[in-house]
Amino acid sequence: MELTAKNISFRYSSSSRRILKDVNISIDNKKILGLFGDSGSGKSSLCKILAGHINKYEGEVRLDGNEIPKGFNPVQLIYQHPEKVMNPKWKMHEVLGESWDVPDDLLEDFGIQKSWLNRWPAELSGGELQRFSVLRALNPKTKFLIADEMTTMLDAITQVQIFESVLKIVKERNMGLLVVSHDRNLMDIICDDVIYLDDINHV
Amino acid sequence: MDKSVNKTNKFDILGSMNLRTKTLLAIGLSVFILVLVVIISFFIDPSSITTDWSVMNKPPSLEHLFGTDWMGRDMFTRTLKGLGLSVQIGFFASVLSSIIAVALAFLSSFNKYLDSFVSWLIDVFLSIPHLLLIVLISIALGGGAFGVLVGVAFTHWTSLARVLRAEIKRIKTSEFVTISEELGKSKFWIARKQILPLVFSQVIVGTILIFPHAIMHEASVTFLGFGLSPHEPAIGIILSESMKYLATGNWWLALFPGLSLLILVLLFDIAGENIKKMLDPASAND
Repeated sequence: MELTAKNISFRYSSSSRRILKDVNISIDNKKILGLFGDSGSGKSSLCKILAGHINKYEGEVRLDGNEIPKGFNPVQLIYQHPEKVMNPKWKMHEVLGESWDVPDDLLEDFGIQKSWLNRWPAELSGGELQRFSVLRALNPKTKFLIADEMTTMLDAITQVQIFESVLKIVKERNMGLLVVSHDRNLMDIICDDVIYLDDINHV
Repeated sequence: MDKSVNKTNKFDILGSMNLRTKTLLAIGLSVFILVLVVIISFFIDPSSITTDWSVMNKPPSLEHLFGTDWMGRDMFTRTLKGLGLSVQIGFFASVLSSIIAVALAFLSSFNKYLDSFVSWLIDVFLSIPHLLLIVLISIALGGGAFGVLVGVAFTHWTSLARVLRAEIKRIKTSEFVTISEELGKSKFWIARKQILPLVFSQVIVGTILIFPHAIMHEASVTFLGFGLSPHEPAIGIILSESMKYLATGNWWLALFPGLSLLILVLLFDIAGENIKKMLDPASAND
């Protein structure tokens, strides 16, 4: 399986500055790809385009040469800030339940305590919330996972724990993974290939 | 120095409470009085306000707290009955207008054509004076309680609809809604599960704050003679009838019912504002 983005160009409607120009990128589900870039270089915009969170752009995103299907998007994005991606009036079991029924052993792998499921998002810390946001994206129908600075705000131990759990599932399910970060060391450990965004971005 | 620190008086009950307790107390008291008025008005025996020529035009006394009118009816009982009726009409009118507001606000979030249609509709209704529109709708529907109710409901949804429309717009651009969409959820599902719980408290507060307006407008339309029929013991009827007798010095006929209506409306306002504080603590310092 292959997720490809062809000739992607993008600018925010409020600004005249072009963020992405003629970006070509292809993610294979056999390799873990790293995307590396400076702050403000357009990493997050590219991630949102790949996952369908931004719809107004030039170019095309294809999954094995076909258009991304309507309904459930097999390309799922994990944001950097977990506070923004959860409805504040939902309990945590509703947040997970929106996507899929997560088995107990997976909850354990991600270090989620059962009692957290009955709490509101405001009652959990950023690191605790991020585990839920990652698990939600790991729906069985997900084929490609895009981790946009997934662990940037977490401490080193949690970072390792979450990445180990994600990598285990990615291997098991033969999923594609794009790791986006500005932390080069982390990428060198995890990824098979690393791309520097400025090299493929022709602004 | 030692004296200024511990200055709270044992008898200063309000001063010793925190804001939350005060807010709860205000809500509790106002709701209690309002419910009491409605319940009492339900159980008033209509025979207690029949004409009794032996006590006509009596000023307020211990026996008749609000005095009696030119037919010897006890004004206190009539006022209570009228307030009960006002609250009932206010209740149905404000619930109906929040239903209209919620429906239109969600409709406007569907696409941009519906959005401009709803904005246009809000502007149209805001540009016509409320009273005029209520009178027109009320007459068109044959007057009476139903006419006033629909008239008031169709004119008071605009401000709530405006607030909700803006709020829904904001929520729709939030990341958790985008994620829901990419998880394959339908627009209807998102409206019901994601957006509705977030605007729910605003709908409740909005409904309660429409109440005082609804009651006042019902009374004023009835006062002008376009509302409830003269047989009903409504405050508007009481006030318009009393106008004929003010010149002869029967001041109590207008003063007490009018004052009671004012207090009732204020109680709703207090309850609404305090419930808003409870549900949305960030607004407490506005």
